[in-house]
Amino acid sequence: MWKWLHSYADPERAYKLAGTLLPWFSALAIGFIGVGSIWGLLFAPVDYQQGDSYRIIFIHVPAASMSMSAYMAMATSAFIGLVWQIKSADWAAAAIAPIGAVVTFIALITGATWGKPMWGTWWVWDARLTSELVLLFLYLGVISLYASFEDKVLAARAAGILAIVGVINIPIIKYSVEWWNSLHQPATIKITEKSSMAMEMLMPLLINILGFGLMIGAITLVRFRAEILARNGMRPWVRELATAEGVK
Amino acid sequence: MNKGISFTQAFFTLLKRDLQIAIRHKGDIFNPLLFFILVVTLFPLGIGPEPQVLSRVAPGIIWVAALLASMLSLERLFKADFVDGSLEQMLLSPQPLSLMVLAKVLAHWILTGVPLILVAPLLAVLLHLDDNSYGALMATLALGTPVLSLLGAIGVALTVGLRKGGVLLSLLILPLYIPVLIFATSAIDAAGLNLPYSGHLAIIGAMLVGSLILAPFAIGASLRVSTN
Amino acid sequence: MQFDSLADFFNMGGYAFYVWLAYGVTFFSLGTLVIVSLRQKRKILTEIAKKIQREERLKANRSN
Repeated sequence: MWKWLHSYADPERAYKLAGTLLPWFSALAIGFIGVGSIWGLLFAPVDYQQGDSYRIIFIHVPAASMSMSAYMAMATSAFIGLVWQIKSADWAAAAIAPIGAVVTFIALITGATWGKPMWGTWWVWDARLTSELVLLFLYLGVISLYASFEDKVLAARAAGILAIVGVINIPIIKYSVEWWNSLHQPATIKITEKSSMAMEMLMPLLINILGFGLMIGAITLVRFRAEILARNGMRPWVRELATAEGVK
Repeated sequence: MNKGISFTQAFFTLLKRDLQIAIRHKGDIFNPLLFFILVVTLFPLGIGPEPQVLSRVAPGIIWVAALLASMLSLERLFKADFVDGSLEQMLLSPQPLSLMVLAKVLAHWILTGVPLILVAPLLAVLLHLDDNSYGALMATLALGTPVLSLLGAIGVALTVGLRKGGVLLSLLILPLYIPVLIFATSAIDAAGLNLPYSGHLAIIGAMLVGSLILAPFAIGASLRVSTN
Repeated sequence: MQFDSLADFFNMGGYAFYVWLAYGVTFFSLGTLVIVSLRQKRKILTEIAKKIQREERLKANRSN
C-alpha cells in the first residue's frame, strides 16, 4: 500500500519532488501570511479590553502553536529515520530544527512584547512561557548536537535520539511547569482569554496559523534540498548540477 | 550455544569493576562532592546571611547544586572506557547492552549520588533549612539523584565521541532535569509547611521507574551511535 | 478599515512600540532565516563544483 512512498527515499527523486512542491508552498505561505497580517493589522476590530496591542496575537499564536508542531514533525522524521533507516527522513529532521528554533524564538519575543503592555512586565514565569523557553532549549540542543558531529550520518542519528527523548519529556516538562506555576504564581496575572472570539478576529488568526504552517513547510523544503545536496556531494547527478550552476 | 556468563553475573562484574576503578582514582568521587559543597557555600555569600532568606531558598540551592554536580561527574561516565576501547568490547559482548549500561549508571550513582545524599543534611544546616524539611530533602535526593544519573547518561552517551562535549552536555540534559527539580523542591517546601508531600515523592518515584525502564535503551542506542 | 489615517495606523492606539517591535522582530528573523536557507544551497553547490575542479586538476597533473 505504501510502496509508492519508498521511491521518494531516493535522494534525487526527493530533491526533485521538493523542487516541484516548493513554489506552491512559498506562494501560498506568502499569500496567507500577507492576507492574514494585513487583515489582522488593518481590518480586524479593536479589542475592547486590550486596545490595539492585541494585534500581536496574529503572529504570536501562530508562532506558538507551530513551534510545538514543528518539534513533533522533527521528532517524527527522526523516528522514521532511526527505525527504517531512511536517510531522507534524517535530512528532513535536520532541516526542520533551525526553523523550529526560530519560530519558538518568535513566539517568546512576541509573547514578551504583548506581556509588557498587558501585564506591565516583559517576562512572567507563566507556565506557557516557561515551557516555550524549555522548548527553545531542546531545539538548541538538537541543533548543536547535529552540528558537533563531523560525520553527518552519525550526527543525524544522535540528534534523532535526542529529539525522541525530548518528545517523551515534553509532556512531563509541560505538566510539571504548569503544576509548579499554579503553586507559585500569584493569580493576579492572567492572559485575558475569551472563549468566543469575534469572527473578524478569528479569521485572520486562522489564516495566519495556516500561513505559518505553510511557511515552515516552504523553508523546510529549501533547507531539505540543500541538505540533500550537501550529503550527496559524490553522486553524479549532484556533480552535474554543481558544474551546471555552481561556479560562476 | 554458549553465551558466556549469565546476565546477573555480567551485571555484577561490571558494577564491581567500575566501583574498583573509582576507588583507585579517589578524585572521581571527591571532586563532584567538593564542587557541590562549594556551590552551596557560595550562595549565602552572594545572597546575604539572613536566616529567613536562606531557609526560603535552601531547597532550590541544594537541588540546583546537586543537578550541576551530577552533570559534572557524569561527563566521565563513559569517557575512560571509550578511550581505552573497553566500551566497544561491552557493545560486542553477548549480554544485552541496556543491562551493562544500567550497571555502569548504578555504579556512578553509588559513587556520586550516595555521597551527595549523605552530605546534603550538613549543607542544609548551613543554609538554615526548616527542621521539618530534612526528611523530605533526603527522600527527594534518594529518589531524584538516580533519575539525574539515568537521564544524564543519555546525554553523556550522545557526546562521548566528541572532543568538546562539556558545554554541549549541559545544553542537552539540563532541560530534561527540570521536572525532577520542580517536584523535589516543592516537596521540600511542602514539608517545611508541615503539609503532606507523599504525592510529590510518588511522582518522582514514577519518574525513577520510567527512566529506569526507558533510559537504558536510549543510552544503549546512543552509545552505538557514538562508537560507530 | 479600522484606522482613520496612516499616522493613526502607525500609532496603533498608543501601543505602537510593542506591536511594531513584535512584527519587526518576527519578519526580521523570518527574513534572515529565509535568506540563510536560500544561500545554503548556492554555497554547497559552489563547494562541490570547486571540489570537482580540484579533482580534475589533480587528474590532469597526474597524467602529465
